[in-house]
Amino acid sequence: MLQACDITFSYGGKAPLYQGFSVEVTPGERLCLKAPSGFGKTTLCRLLAGYEQPDAGSVLADGEPLPRTGRCPVQLIGQHPELAVDPRRRMEATLREAGPLDRGLMERLGIRDRWLARYPHELSGGELQRFCIARTLMASPRYLVADEISTMLDAITQAQVWSVILEEVRSRNLGLVLTTHSESLAHRLATRELDLTAAVCP
Amino acid sequence: MEGHSNVHRDGEFHHHHSHGASTHHAGDHHLLQVEGLTVAFRMYDDAASEGEGRRAEGEGAGGPSDGSSKPGRIARWLRDARLFLAAPQREVPVVHDLHVSVHAGEIVAVVGASGSGKTLLADAVMGLFEPNALVSGTVYFDGKPQDASSLAALRGHGISLVPQSVASLDPLMRVGRQVRGFARGGDDAARSARQRQLFARYGLGPEVERLYPFELSGGMARRVLLCCALMDNPKLIVADEPTPGLDLALAQAALADFREFADGGGGVLLITHDVEQALSVADRVAVFLDGTVVEETAVESFRSPDLLRHPFSRQLWHALPEHDFAAAPARSPEAGATAEGGQA
Repeated sequence: MLQACDITFSYGGKAPLYQGFSVEVTPGERLCLKAPSGFGKTTLCRLLAGYEQPDAGSVLADGEPLPRTGRCPVQLIGQHPELAVDPRRRMEATLREAGPLDRGLMERLGIRDRWLARYPHELSGGELQRFCIARTLMASPRYLVADEISTMLDAITQAQVWSVILEEVRSRNLGLVLTTHSESLAHRLATRELDLTAAVCP
Repeated sequence: MEGHSNVHRDGEFHHHHSHGASTHHAGDHHLLQVEGLTVAFRMYDDAASEGEGRRAEGEGAGGPSDGSSKPGRIARWLRDARLFLAAPQREVPVVHDLHVSVHAGEIVAVVGASGSGKTLLADAVMGLFEPNALVSGTVYFDGKPQDASSLAALRGHGISLVPQSVASLDPLMRVGRQVRGFARGGDDAARSARQRQLFARYGLGPEVERLYPFELSGGMARRVLLCCALMDNPKLIVADEPTPGLDLALAQAALADFREFADGGGGVLLITHDVEQALSVADRVAVFLDGTVVEETAVESFRSPDLLRHPFSRQLWHALPEHDFAAAPARSPEAGATAEGGQA
């Protein structure tokens, strides 16, 4: 189970975004976080994936705190793939950060071999996002955090990429946390929806 | 360029597009017209460079003894230099023979698959070219043919871009300063007033102008980018995916602002993958596939998938989560032409 237990978090002395907030996701569950723009959805995603440390409280994956180094069992896919890759590395090197290439997965995500030798600026946002998703799934996560990952994708690619992710989530029994601004997409994907505005400020 | 009368017959095909019942030319002419645009990137031949890399590596590991003598080292250096200079390059076409036009007072939505070259269209209109890009074709703005330098001169002074990536903001400058810019012989106080007015209109509080880009949420950053574009009252806005990351209400508000801008006589080239959103606000839709526009049609044609001519337009409609969420088989821009051929 991925748990955030009584976490408090604020940016540099400002009013806390979260105070004594708790949430949990079990393997196989697909939780959609809902809140208006600027509320702190991305911050919560980063906390759950260990990119930020809570000021108080803890984030536990299967009862263990997230490791500070090495492979993290919680993997984050972000909203801006161009900020998640090294602009001076070719895509193959970026993908190999997660280990040996999984050709089958790459093919299902529609990643072409010829893209591997390119630099990030030679690919579109949607193509980059496929690399980010492949890298995340190759890192053998137990929990996935998907923060607005398909906003830059066209409808066809969005359907394709999500069908691959859902397949992996089901077959590996992963827990999934996602955020999206699309009501219809949330209804398609989530098994549970959590309204943060109500959960944080009761 | 020829002038236009204000009235075209319904469905009349001219300049590579047709008009619907309610979308006749508002002005005398096309505000923006792109004809036969082709963009190719010159890059090293993937296959050839990989082969060389491997060969060089193998030899280096195999012969450390002959590498230690000076003549051997020089010979190898010369050979490597020759290989480096002779590495074959090829031109990879990304956009080919693209036609699209925007009239004063209208929003034209360019919708299509990611990776099909939509952003390159925006770059070409803005005169932003990568050093290894080869661009041909004709761009008219306000009836006058443009070249790279005149397009660059129009950038921000006639044509404004709302870019796709929030990384376009300077990470080291407070956003208020970025939106105001540095007035060239202008009045900084007036620009401040304009910036505050824009911020207020887009729901950005006065405290936001003191923030740095990393302190903004995704939605706030997009609104800051929109404010930058509107600062100098452009004639044409090229909006490259302006709404991802905005919640539904804000996205609709942003689109309503584009609509208002167009109704005031401006033109908007709205590049987006969000078909539903495009249809809610645009006058005409250009369906983009594999680097070109396959169907440029009135919004009315999109009411039902049966009215769409191209199979890709129908595929887009069916893939929407509110319709069938139908995943097409894995495809890519390069493989797309053959896949489409098979389905058509």
